[in-house]
Amino acid sequence: MNAQAAGGMPEITYNFAYLDEQTKRMIRRAILKAIAVPGYQVPFAAREMPMPYGWGTGGVQVTAAVLGPDDVLKVIDQGADDTTNAVAIRGFFEKTARVATTTSTQAATLIQTRHRVPETPLRENQILVYQVPIPEPLRFLEPRETETRQLHALAEYGLMHVKLYEDIARHGHIATTYAYPVEVAGRYVMDPSPIPKFDNPKLDDCPALQLFGAGREKRIYAIPPHTRVRSLDFEDHPFRVQRFAQSCALCAASGVYLDEVILDDKGGRMFVCSDTDYCNGRQEAGHRGEMAGEGA
Amino acid sequence: MIEHPLLVAEGLSKNYGPRIGCRDVSLEVHPGEVLAVVGESGSGKSTLLGLLSTELAPSAGRVSYRLRDGRLADLAGLGAAEKRLLMRTDWGFVRQNPADGLRMAVSAGGNVGERLMAVGWRHYGNIRDEAIDWLAKVEIDADRVDDDPRAFSGGMRQRLQIARNLVTRPRLVFMDEPTGGLDVSVQARLLDLIRGLVAELGLAVVIVTHDLAVARLLSHRMVVMRHGRVIETGITDQVLDDPREPYTQLLVSSVLAA
Ligand SMILES: Nc1ncnc2c1ncn2[C@@H]1O[C@H](COP(=O)(O)OP(=O)(O)OP(=O)(O)O)[C@@H](O)[C@H]1O
Ligand SMILES: [Mg+2]
Repeated sequence: MNAQAAGGMPEITYNFAYLDEQTKRMIRRAILKAIAVPGYQVPFAAREMPMPYGWGTGGVQVTAAVLGPDDVLKVIDQGADDTTNAVAIRGFFEKTARVATTTSTQAATLIQTRHRVPETPLRENQILVYQVPIPEPLRFLEPRETETRQLHALAEYGLMHVKLYEDIARHGHIATTYAYPVEVAGRYVMDPSPIPKFDNPKLDDCPALQLFGAGREKRIYAIPPHTRVRSLDFEDHPFRVQRFAQSCALCAASGVYLDEVILDDKGGRMFVCSDTDYCNGRQEAGHRGEMAGEGA
Repeated sequence: MIEHPLLVAEGLSKNYGPRIGCRDVSLEVHPGEVLAVVGESGSGKSTLLGLLSTELAPSAGRVSYRLRDGRLADLAGLGAAEKRLLMRTDWGFVRQNPADGLRMAVSAGGNVGERLMAVGWRHYGNIRDEAIDWLAKVEIDADRVDDDPRAFSGGMRQRLQIARNLVTRPRLVFMDEPTGGLDVSVQARLLDLIRGLVAELGLAVVIVTHDLAVARLLSHRMVVMRHGRVIETGITDQVLDDPREPYTQLLVSSVLAA
């Protein structure tokens, strides 16, 4: 159905955004259900995509199902628009849907992401699609799928706290820094995908719609706009985000998530914004970090 | 005993296809009472325990339990949520193989604390303190609280399993061969510990064992099983000292001979 012969010349034409309409409708139904039951993992019949699973096929299928011709798409990988993964997925939708793309968080209507939430606050009428490798937050301690389903159904989340307990027992503090579990709308506990826990507060009361797609595991879940999202913790070990002593070496931003960049083999390094669009925007607005200007 | 029974089984049967697991068993367990289920291998002891604890669904018959509000409830009629709450607060299950009853990759403190967290404890310090208290009760040093059970001996693992089950102060504990596979001296120590805790906490226990010495030491009453049926039941000392059934006589004498 995806490939048609046109005008004698064998030319491959894809349906809009690659997936056929029936598949997209099926995925949309799963998405609607996910929105109706925030944080609940909805099974869906994930399709093979022309890219390996590690590349975020779950996110790509969700994006394909909700993408419209007027959308402006941004794709980020660890905060950057220019990694191989981000470039490939952006190129995929440029080719199969001919949608406009951007690196600007502001300008985008749909953002597909792996491992980060943009620093620029999201707004209404934006959709953030997360690529999810392992959707089940309880998997770590309970590998049996039948059992985890029961635990979710009965909202038995003691086990999730066992994991946090183990963290504190071993490290003196909650050492989970990625994929830090959250409770959504006071009901389901979910894995926010491997974003740094620094980003967890951004999920709470977010004006944008957040969709999560796991391709290999065939699950979709969602956080509707303005939903309460609470990071799990203990009374005497409350949830805290990472703090960085430095500010960005390029744009001087503080209170943002920084990546460490090794500069040479003599221990030279700098800390820069992981969100490249945010960093570029600040530099264009005239903000200068201590290392700025030299390379430019 | 005048007191109302805690657990009542009526006409319990379990078939595994054509094979009989357990047939037409009726019994009662009273609060604070230790009931031993004895019989040779394959006689249906574990099957009966599975039925009583609702881990197995009966082919016929039913199990009722007296809830904390005094109501005697048919367990088949309880909702899944209610039943699971019961299992992790009011009941315990100590298994022969510690790996089946413990989380082997979780620290001793986490193993004991799990039930507390499951019933809503959310203060790390309190959970840990309570876990350490319980480790002391089962004679595990406080400095082992962060070790996981893989680093424990067989006897320690069983004691940890007991602490993990008793931390929510259940009223009824099921045990399937809790001393099986342990050295004799380790067994003796564990039995003493169980006996002490049972008396101290007023626990009701249904314990499966093929070891009549264990039944003698721990239980008030016992049932003898053969081919899936209960063939004799009574006060433990009476059954062991003066068995009625020829099969029980055989069982008792073979132990004495051993
Ligand atoms: N899952 C099963 N499928 C089929 N048959 C089973 C199953 N479990 C038990 N049985 C059979 O039911 C009978 C009772 O077994 P059960 O395990 O209850 O005995 P037991 O008294 O606990 O024995 P043991 O002392 O060896 O543990 C046996 O004949 C056994 O083979
Ligand atoms: Mg058995």
